Amino acid sequence: MKVKNIFTYCFISSLFLFSLICIWKILVTLQGIELINFNFNKLFVFGIVLCVINLLIGKKLNLNIKLILLALLFSIYDYFISINLPIWYSLGIFLISLFFFNTIKNYDKNFLSKNHSSQKLFFNFLTLFGITLFSFVILFPFYMMLVTSFKTQALLLLNPLDFSINFAQGLPELFKSYFVVFKDYNFGRYMLTSTIVSLGTVIITLIFAIPAAYAVARLNFFGKNFLSTSILIIYLFPAIVLVIPLYTIFSQLGLRNSIEGLLIVYTATTLPVAIYMLQGYFKSIPKELEEAGIIDGQNWLGIIFKIILPLSLPAISSVALYVFMIAWNEFLFSLMFLDRPNTFTLSRAIQFLNVGAETPRQYLMAGSVVVTLPILIIFVYFEKYLVSGLTAGSVKG
Amino acid sequence: MSSKLAKIEKRTAYLLILPSVFLVFSIILFPIFSNIWISFKNVELKDLRIPEPRAKKLVKSIKDNPNQIKIIYKLRNSSLTQEITNVKFKDKYPDNIEPISLNNKCQFKSNLLKCELGNWPKKYRENLEIVFQNTNNQEISKKEIKSYKPKLSGKSQNILLTYEFTLNNFKKVIKDKAFIDLLSTTFYYTFFGTIGAIVFGILAAQMVNQKFFGRTFMRSVLLFPYVAPVVALAYTWELLLDPTSGTLNNLLINYQIIDGPINLLGQKYVTLNILGFDFKLRLALTTVIIFEIWRYFPLAFLFILARLQAVPKELYEAADVDGANPIQKFLNITLPQILAVISILFMIRFIWNFNKFEDIFLLTGGASGTRTLPINVYQQGFSIGDIGMGSAVSIVIVVFLLIFMFIYFKLLGKRADES
Repeated sequence: MKVKNIFTYCFISSLFLFSLICIWKILVTLQGIELINFNFNKLFVFGIVLCVINLLIGKKLNLNIKLILLALLFSIYDYFISINLPIWYSLGIFLISLFFFNTIKNYDKNFLSKNHSSQKLFFNFLTLFGITLFSFVILFPFYMMLVTSFKTQALLLLNPLDFSINFAQGLPELFKSYFVVFKDYNFGRYMLTSTIVSLGTVIITLIFAIPAAYAVARLNFFGKNFLSTSILIIYLFPAIVLVIPLYTIFSQLGLRNSIEGLLIVYTATTLPVAIYMLQGYFKSIPKELEEAGIIDGQNWLGIIFKIILPLSLPAISSVALYVFMIAWNEFLFSLMFLDRPNTFTLSRAIQFLNVGAETPRQYLMAGSVVVTLPILIIFVYFEKYLVSGLTAGSVKG
Repeated sequence: MSSKLAKIEKRTAYLLILPSVFLVFSIILFPIFSNIWISFKNVELKDLRIPEPRAKKLVKSIKDNPNQIKIIYKLRNSSLTQEITNVKFKDKYPDNIEPISLNNKCQFKSNLLKCELGNWPKKYRENLEIVFQNTNNQEISKKEIKSYKPKLSGKSQNILLTYEFTLNNFKKVIKDKAFIDLLSTTFYYTFFGTIGAIVFGILAAQMVNQKFFGRTFMRSVLLFPYVAPVVALAYTWELLLDPTSGTLNNLLINYQIIDGPINLLGQKYVTLNILGFDFKLRLALTTVIIFEIWRYFPLAFLFILARLQAVPKELYEAADVDGANPIQKFLNITLPQILAVISILFMIRFIWNFNKFEDIFLLTGGASGTRTLPINVYQQGFSIGDIGMGSAVSIVIVVFLLIFMFIYFKLLGKRADES
């Protein structure tokens, strides 16, 4: 057993425990509970002590008893150094320390006497650190978005750190921001517009892209190579360089403030990536199937509909979901083209809420939840398809 | 026979790709080229409205004379800046009335009044009054008269279609003292945003590439910032970072980490004292870059993870046999394997961050030292209202973009050669 290994073990383990406790404490503070100190010194030193004890006990005790004992010790210690905290806080500390001691159960004397074990330890904890930290940093804004929408401006001004949800007030009161957003701010209409625009973009894009992708993948014609390279190049051109000419042309044609205008622009901007993704998939379909179709006397329409389409449903779903996501999230063109509230999409409506009069933040956040939730649900549900879409199309974004 | 088939194939192919090519050409390529046209013109936002001749129709009855009625047309040129030439006027009336007298500009024929009103200078206004009388003894219906709307037409110059060109926009862009600052902000933002996203992407991918409980869930969660709408995320961050009521500042003050609130999005510089040296950090820009990294590292993560999962396991097993430590394994096995992905990723992200508009626009609106080239396009074109200037800045972006793309495709070609 090397001294260096033991030292790293104690130090890193305790630091990890402390960071877990920190995240828990931040979440507890945000419930409006007065908690002004992390007690770094005390908890850190005690964590080291417990790690040493864990090492000393080794396998002399039953594992479960050892875990519960250590976790209890830690929570009781924490209970005494922090003042006036509710019981569920200590319960959380107990569960976290239970999880922690379960994680370090493998680091016994044997492990620590091996070569490289301090580096292995370091990397194992780095992964754990990473997982906790990444999930916290990523989920925290989403969490705040959700809880803010359940509060009221007055309560937030009173205590800006109190995001506790008061279930006693009843559901109608709890979801008040959502009622307001849908009723007074017309979000039902914007949601309908967004849905129409996104679904419309998906359908039109597919109608245009499938034949074109088939041609690029299968047929021989003059300028084919040029076309497939230009698809990629065109795809790399950003919306910001198109905005001024499109704005001028659309103003003069009277296409601004119209859903048709948005549909045209969204379709055109998503077409290159749709063609690019689909032709890659079409190329992977065995040619023999089509040749059989030709022998059966099918024309190209029959081949596309009866052979290609049924076989490439997964790829088409990926494209459809990816295009839907782009259209739903799109902001720049909707900002430029829409300035009358009756044609707003959700994104544009939220921006309008924020820029306009002093909109209370819970309404803003309720609107944000309304625009975010559908896309997250779709993403989680169809993750497999969307991830392949993202990987193929992720040169953009 | 085969040449005939080839011909049919060719024709079919053109038929299939034509709609897409047409759409992409008119909505993407044509605007990029018209940017060049507009950037050499002196066009402002208010010039975009095409001047129209307009008329407002008022119907008035004449006192003590129910058989006559007066119609007044309030005519005007809608444009404050341009003239309209050759204005023509047309209106329709009920069957039972006819005008008493007409000036020589107008003609009345079978219920139709046609007038040639000549040229109208800018801001032109005129009232056209015509008295009508009853031809039979039926009552004159005001409502029916009002139900017909006058039609006016005229020719005006569309400022976008003239052949007057100027170099002023480009002169202004380059001579602008802020131009160097604009460029350096853009590059600073692009470079650090890209590097940060890739570094965190590598970390996340390394993490998820190991086995642990809830790994698939973790992979979904890591992609959340990228799939959620930017508007919602930017405003949530804005609320979190708000100096007075924002959660972050309140938390830090609560834990006594800072004494007073920091305006993370509204303060241009913050002076840091490191080892006795004062050094200025661009605070708002850094915050925006952090948001950018937060939002786009998932993409780098996805790319790198896919590559990591394809690295043969035997390599690591062999390294274990040799007694390599984790750092050596990462440096000698993992890194060379993902280097190709990273270089391509770097170029793509660099190009996209260079053009990023929404994120900065929603967070700061380009204030407090976060004005990048794309933000400048918007500000010149729509806040100031100088469309020509906005186009000129777009052209600057396109030029940079073409340079980056050239490098990117060179790189891509090189990779293809190697493999």
